[in-house]
Formats: sequence, C-alpha cells, structure tokens
Amino acid sequence: MQVFLKVWRQADAKSEGQFVTYTVENVTEDMSFFEMLDMLNNQLVLKGKEPIAFDHDCREGICGTCGLFINGRAHGPLRGITTCQLHMRSFDDGANIVVEPWRAEAFPVIKDLIVDRTAFDRIISAGGYISVNTGGVPDANTIPVPKPKADEAFDAATCIGCGACVATCKNSSAMLFVAAKVSHLALLPQGQVERKQRALNLVAAMDMEGFGACTNTGACEIECPKEISIVHIARLNREFLKASLL
Amino acid sequence: MVLDAKIPGGPLAEKWTQHRFDLKLVNPANKRKYNIIIVGTGLAGASAAASLAELGYNVDAFSYHESPRRAHSIAAQGGINAAKNYPNDGDSIFRLFYDTIKGGDYRSREANVYRLAEVSNAIIDQCVAQGVPFAREYGGLLDNRSFGGAQVSRTFYARGQTGQQLLLGAYSAFARQMKAGKVRFHPRHEMLDLVLVDGHAKGIITRNLINGEIRSYAADAVILASGGYGNVFFLSTNAMASNATAIWRAYKKGAYFANPCFTQIHPTCIPLSSEHQSKLTLMSESLRNDGRVWVPKKKGDSRAPNDIPEEERDYYLERIYPSFGNLVPRDVASRRAKEMCDTGHGVGPTGLAVYLDFEDVIGRKGKQWVSDKYGNLFDMYQQITGENPYEVPMRIYPAVHYTMGGLWVDYNLMSTVPGLFVLGEANFSDHGANRLGASALMQGLADGYFIIPYTIGDYLAKHPHGKTDTNQESFKTTTREVEEKLNQLLAVDGSQTVDDIHKELGRILWEYVGMARNREGLEKALKLIPQLRETFWKEVKVPGTAKELNPELEKAGRVADFLELGELMARDALHREESCGGHFREEYQTEENEALRDDEKFAYVAAWEFQGTGEPAKLHKEVLIFENVELTTRSYK
Amino acid sequence: MNWFFRFMNSSVGKKIIMATTGLLLCSFLIIHLFGNLFLYGGPELFNTYVERLASIKPLIRVIEVILALIFLFHIINSLWLTLSNRKANPVKYEVNRAQDNSSFFSRYMGITGSIVFIFLAVHLSTFWYRFQIDHDGGQFYRIVTGDAVGFNNPYITGLYILAMILLGFHLRHGFQSAFQTFGLRYNKYGKLIEAIAVLFWFAIPLGFVLIPIYFGLLKGGF
Repeated sequence: MQVFLKVWRQADAKSEGQFVTYTVENVTEDMSFFEMLDMLNNQLVLKGKEPIAFDHDCREGICGTCGLFINGRAHGPLRGITTCQLHMRSFDDGANIVVEPWRAEAFPVIKDLIVDRTAFDRIISAGGYISVNTGGVPDANTIPVPKPKADEAFDAATCIGCGACVATCKNSSAMLFVAAKVSHLALLPQGQVERKQRALNLVAAMDMEGFGACTNTGACEIECPKEISIVHIARLNREFLKASLL
Repeated sequence: MVLDAKIPGGPLAEKWTQHRFDLKLVNPANKRKYNIIIVGTGLAGASAAASLAELGYNVDAFSYHESPRRAHSIAAQGGINAAKNYPNDGDSIFRLFYDTIKGGDYRSREANVYRLAEVSNAIIDQCVAQGVPFAREYGGLLDNRSFGGAQVSRTFYARGQTGQQLLLGAYSAFARQMKAGKVRFHPRHEMLDLVLVDGHAKGIITRNLINGEIRSYAADAVILASGGYGNVFFLSTNAMASNATAIWRAYKKGAYFANPCFTQIHPTCIPLSSEHQSKLTLMSESLRNDGRVWVPKKKGDSRAPNDIPEEERDYYLERIYPSFGNLVPRDVASRRAKEMCDTGHGVGPTGLAVYLDFEDVIGRKGKQWVSDKYGNLFDMYQQITGENPYEVPMRIYPAVHYTMGGLWVDYNLMSTVPGLFVLGEANFSDHGANRLGASALMQGLADGYFIIPYTIGDYLAKHPHGKTDTNQESFKTTTREVEEKLNQLLAVDGSQTVDDIHKELGRILWEYVGMARNREGLEKALKLIPQLRETFWKEVKVPGTAKELNPELEKAGRVADFLELGELMARDALHREESCGGHFREEYQTEENEALRDDEKFAYVAAWEFQGTGEPAKLHKEVLIFENVELTTRSYK
Repeated sequence: MNWFFRFMNSSVGKKIIMATTGLLLCSFLIIHLFGNLFLYGGPELFNTYVERLASIKPLIRVIEVILALIFLFHIINSLWLTLSNRKANPVKYEVNRAQDNSSFFSRYMGITGSIVFIFLAVHLSTFWYRFQIDHDGGQFYRIVTGDAVGFNNPYITGLYILAMILLGFHLRHGFQSAFQTFGLRYNKYGKLIEAIAVLFWFAIPLGFVLIPIYFGLLKGGF
C-alpha cells in the first residue's frame, strides 16, 4: 500500500516550522507506524535529505517516549495504545495522514516532531514522591494495604508520562498526569504523611509550568494509552480542596 | 595486570557484613565536597544517584533520554526476586544464592551472588516504603509468585509492569534529590568518552543531543549504569536507543570487558514479520505455563495451523522433555525452536517461528479463564500481528533479551580503571552465563541502593576531593578525540545508511554468534565483522551536522562501537570451548544435546583488555572458586 | 489569608469557584422557574405573585445583589480561566478530531455561556427593568405576554427558546462537571448525581422553554 504523509517539520525550537508532504510506497500492513517512518527516513538519508526527527524508544508501549498527533488524535486513531503500537493496518491504502507534534505551551517543540516534556519531571520533583531515604525502612509486610486500594493505586501508577493527556486537552491541562501521581500516593498508607502538601505542591508546580486548567471534557482518559480514568482527577480535586480549606 | 576481585575473607554469609565494616568511610561533613558522575538513569543509575545524594554527595546524572523514567528498565514485565520467604515455602538467602549460581551455570562469583541474595529483602522493603504498588493478597500483605521455573514463590510483582513500577520508585527518589539540589540531571546528554587523570576515572565528555554541544564534566569518581548491549544484534527486545557506547569507550580507556559472549535469548517473542521490522517484542514467559509448543511434522508444511491434524503436529518440547515439557528453561526452549526452524519445520511467512497453541487449555478451562489470565498478552499479540490468538495459534520465536556480560568489576563494583564503577546490566557481576527470571531488577537495585553507597565511599575516602577540573590537559585531548570522531562519521558521506549496516551486523551475529555457535561460524564472523566495519567507515552516510539534533549521527556513533564489540563477542565465544548457560557451542554438548560445561578449563571469568581497534584483545582470567556449592550438571529430561 | 489567595489563584481553585458559583446559579433557576409557573395561572395570580415579592423588596434587593455577585464571579472567573487556557495552548492542530474523545457540550462551554449571557442582558434590560419601574401599575403579566418585549414579539420568543436550549447544553456538561471538580462525581452517589443532572440540563430548561412556546407560539398566535 502507499500513504500520503503531511508532516510538521521544524529545524529547531527557534525556527518557524511548516508542513511537508511525502509519499511513502511499499508500505505493508504489518509495519508499525514507526517502521513506516523508519523506511521513509532511510530513503530520505540516501537522497541526502534530512530525516524526520521523532521521539521513540521501547517500541512496546511502556517507556512513554513516543507521542505523535496523527490525523487529529493523540497516538493515532486507536484507544489504549501508544504511537509505537500503532500499525499500518489501521490505515487504508492511499490514506492521507497528518502528523503533528504535541502542541502545548509547556511542551515546546525541539525539532520536527520532538517536544520537550521536562516540565513533567519538574512537577514530580515538586513532591511526587514519598520522602524516604534509602535504608532504615520497616519490613515490607508491616504496612498492609487493602487489595482494592493497592489495585486502584496501581491503576493510577501505570501512567507512562507520555503527555497525550496534555496534547489532546483543549486547555493543554496536565491534570490527568498530576492526578495519577497524587492519587497513586494518596491511596496508599505510605503516602499519608505528606498527603496534603503533595497535592498543594504538585498543583502549584503544574500551574507554574504553564499548563491550563481542567474543563472536565474527559478527552484525556480517552486518549491515555494506559486508560487512566478521570476518577483520579476527581480525587486530586478532593485532595486539593481538603488540603487548601481544612 | 592480575585481576584482583577483592573478595573479602571469612565465611560466605559474613563477607559483606565484615566488608562493610572494613570499608573506609567519608566524614559526613566532607561528603558534600565530593562530586560523582553517573551515566545512565535506569534502575541502577537512578537508585544510585538518589542514594548517594541522600548521603550528601553531589551527583551529576546523565541520560540520553529526556527523563529517567524513559530508561529501558521500565519494560521489565515479570517481577523481582527476594528471599523473604513470605509464602513459608522454604526459601532463604542461601537458596536464592544457590539458585542464582546454579542458574548462571557456575560462571559467576560466589561472594557477589551471595551478597545479591542478602540485600534482596531490603530492596522490597525500600520499594514498598516508596509506594511501589506491588500485588497484594486480600489480607493486605504482599503476594508472591513462582517465576521462571523456580521451586519457590519468591517473585514480587506489579501486574506485568514490575520494571515500570520499580523504575518509577527509583525515579521518584531521584526527583526528590533533584529538588534538593543534590542531583543535577542532564537530560538528552550522551556520554561519548571517559576522561582519565593519572590513570583514574575523573570525568566524561558528553554531547548535548539537542544542540550538539560537546562538554566536559569533572568529578571525583565516575559510575556507569548504562545498561546492556543486546542491540548489537539490531533486532532484540531492547529499546531502540539502548547501546554500548558508554561501556565500550570505557573499555577502550582500559576497563576490561568480561564474558562478552554471554547473551540471553528469550524464547517467547513475537517473530519477525518483515525486513523492515525494527524491534522484537517479548511476551511473558508465563504463556508457556498453558500454551503448547509445536511445529508441523512435515517440512515446509504451508497449511494453516488449524488445518493441520493432531497426528501431523510435533509437540517437540513435550516429546523431548517428557517431565518438563513446555516449561524447560529459556535457553533450551530457544535452541530447540531454532533447531526446528533450521531443519525446515518453521512456520509463518518467514519460516522463522513455531506455534504456541492455547486450543487445549481453552477447551479444558474455557476462553474466559484464559482471557482472565493472559488477556493483556493476547491483546498485545493481536495488536502487533493482527491475528486472534484465541482462534489461531500464536507464532513465537526467540529473541535477544539480556546480556550477562559487561565491564569487569571487583567486589566493590569498581572496574579495572580506578574510580570507575559499573552497575546493573552494564557490569558482568552476578548472573554468570545465564540470568534467572526476575533477577535483573533485583541486581540493578541492589547495586544502586545497597552496594555502591558503601563501596564508593572506600574509594573516595582514600582519594582527596576536588583535585580535578576540566581545564586539565586530558579533558582537552579527549574532547578533541570525540570531536574528531564525530567529524569522521559525517565526512564519510557514503551510500549506505547506519541502519542498513547495523542490520547486516545483526544478521552476522545472529547467524554465527547467536543461540548456537561453532568454531567455523565464529571464525567466519571474525572475518565478516572487520570487513563490515571497513564498509561502515567507507560507505556510511550520515546527514546533517554535529551542531544540531541529529539522530542519525547518534546512531552512527553507537553502531561504530557495536561493530567493534561484535568482534569481541565472537572472539570470546570462540575461545570458550565449552557450552554453559546462554553460550552454546555445538561442538560441546552431551549426547542429549545439552550444554556440556568444562569446569576444569573454563571455570573462570574471561576479562578482555583492549589492545587497539582491529587488534585481538588480550585475555585475562579471573578464576572462579566455589567453596559453598557443588558444581552439578542440570538435566531437564 | 495567604492560603486563600493561593487557593484562588490556582487552576484547581478557580475551577472550584466556577463549580460553586455554577451550582448556586442552578439553585436560583429552580426558584425562578417556580415563579414563572404562576404565569399559567393567568394575569391575576401572576400579578399578585409579583406584588408579593415587591412587598419584601429590601430582602429581594439583598438577594439580587448576592446573585449579581455570583454571576459576576462566575463570568469573570471564566474569562480569566479561558485566557490562561488559551495561553497554555497557543498553537492549534492542523487536524483535531476532538469529537472522537469529548462531547460537544464540554468543548463549547464558553460559547453556550456567552450566548446565555447575551440573553441575560436582554432579559434584564427588558423584563426585569420594566418590572421595577415601568409596569403600568402592576400589569406584569402583560409585559411578559405583550408584543413590546414579551412573547408576542417573535424575536423575543426566538431568543428565549434558543437561549434556554443553550442553557440546557451549558448545564449538560456544567452540572456534572461541578461535582467532578469537587471530587464527588465518582462514588456511590454517582448515579444519583446523574439523575439530578437530568433535572438541571433537561427538565428545568424545558420548563423555561415551554413558557415562550406556550405564550409565544401557541397562545400568542403570531
């Protein structure tokens, strides 16, 4: 099959970008979306042109490095997957495919389809942890955790930090990302000690990084490759409200 | 140079305790005067960075990723072992030690492995305190499972995402120290060389991957935690960017490389579908608990699997190993699959796959039961292949998964270069010739949380701090070398892409230095690899410049190193005239086609010293002494 | 008071203010609709009802001021949020299939709210204004049904119907969203909240819309 790509190209953070179109031939449906881009890049290199820069690494949906906005959807048209898990069989022969980087003020473009998501690291470093040093902790089984709580905490903790929630949000809000961390730790007994301060600090850090506010459209949970629910956003709101007013 | 592993004296169980007492300490007030460089921020690197920063040292941490959370440790699925004996099924530190030594086919150091088993329990405590959401039982206590054929349930897990949860735990501790200003994180910075001052590791040269800036960083010690080198094969379950550059350039600066030929092949991966495939995806080994492996009895049988009647199927693992059946260890299952395909029984479009069939268990226990247990794996398989494994048997094939070899380190995790420490998959220390399931996470965190914080102090306490700065001559020389190498790569301007050559290297290694090796093939590889390296330096085409974000240039540098490492792997495999663990030499097998070890001649660690590119490396032997275990031969018949 | 300003300035705090003021305005809708129902009782009943309200004018004034403040808060806060959200997302996608992941109602709160606001301005400058000073000696019913600003005027009727439909759209998302913002959306009362939400986005706007339909289209006979 062949596909027609319209890809955002931008030399670096300071340059103006534009869309460039490419025709990719001999695409097979077993190829992943990235293997199709690999093939195109290989051809571009041999022609002496600059290949398309995009972020990717594990190619099995867990590292959170990849993230493209494909035909108007974060990580492409399917649910519950990252871009690297998207295969060409999801597209028709002759399909037009528009490929864009994540768009958000807090995620500036570095080059082509690569954006800078270090804002997420700064949010986590503002308090997305339990402050224990290595060593001197109690035996693991002295802290029982009810299984349903542990499971729910796990659901939140599966966040891979890819930024699809921000990319798809009309306000570029990072609420789902922040909520996943706050919720994960608020559900566990280990997280109780710093519970209030954590909610306050993470929301403050999120606001400082220039992410927008949540309008509760729910787009983030649809596009989240780990299908993290906005139930966790509700919990973050509650945590924040309690921490602020009580 | 005689390899001194610095193994402490005394009884096995007391070595580490005694050693910790014997190690020199750095005065608490002085710790903040020491700077430590850490390259790589996966499980080992992030846990080390956090722990050292908590002690008061200043840490500069480097990663080619944008965040520590991207490291490939995140992809580990199964779990992490510890000798807690929570299930009351007879586990102990000694048993974990024994299983690990035996699993490694007696090619690892007793003292190291015992220490690993000893600190394993503290890792679980630490992770739980950090909020890692391990699986739990209804009573609220931690759940354990048996993994990879272990006789006891000692594996702690977080669904199929244990690596992710442990890495995020280490990352959170790391992030906390970032906030405290004790860890300075340098994202998207790739280490391109090690700097020695008076023979000691005192700094690194990095390239900022965003703008190409080359910079020197000086410190009082350097830690490499840069992971394994499985990507030398091009196709592996490793992440695309995983590479050997940090350890390889340290090797070229004098760190010995130990057991490079010990690679682990995982039997249950999704097979190759086309030449464009960029990586292989692993599916949990647990699938073999209920799936049955088979191939058609007839060679080249191209019928659809469901059209092949029962009597024309060869359930070869059940046939050859009646008692273990489909649950034979990784290396055995992998080798048998390759053998079936080599003899023309392979299935699928490439003929490089065998079936893993769930028809039987679906019939016995129902689709729902299978879906509850393996649903996510089945979904993943369908996502990638477009086939429904509830209806059509899965196709699987082995893939390179983990590298047991790595830089040689002593008991203190210090390499042959003083001041250069190596942690996690990047070192060779604990897994011998074969790694047990759920032990990689254990080792990475043991090194980072509980070993390096003690052992590095001993080195630092003996050396005055702050004696190095980047104005010293060796930093300038090394910087020039790095820049020259980058320019050389760009100057070739040939007609083949980096990936083309990398794929060719992968084909050579998979064919001759893969699952089963022989003298003839290895000698051939030793001819082909240098030729390919020559082709690379004549024909590679790297577009763009060194002063910008240039992924092709990054790859080119890494592949240039793989082209040298591949040769060393073949050389090591050729010299080791025995079969052990992941290293199977066809000439050395029992009548039952099992690995035939030669403990008389090869019970040693092969540590290779760099002699110049293209020159054969020099072999040093660290003889392994077994005082606490008896060397036995495994049998799965 | 430091904590208070931090709260008010934070994105979540602002959302909580939106939710609180929104729900307060919702409760006002119930009272307003209750009053409107007197219209069906004919001129005498309706005029008497309005007279009664006039007799407790000081109290009404206080309530009106509070109501106005709530509206103002709701509106200014929304403008503030919208501006900062725009700043957070300055570059739009070439292709964005938002319809695949979110509802129309949730994405156009600003538009539906703005049109409702325009309606509110018209509504206050006509009915409310006349009720205060220009009611021809208590002929409130006639103002509502008359052809100057009342439902005998097809433009007024049209505007009211449109505005009430959009109010329904606004509340379709807004009511449940408020509970989400308070962190109360998903729990054992989730179903109850959904049921009450139907009252607010469907039943109450329907009640409002029926008035212009009845008095404008059916009874007015233009």
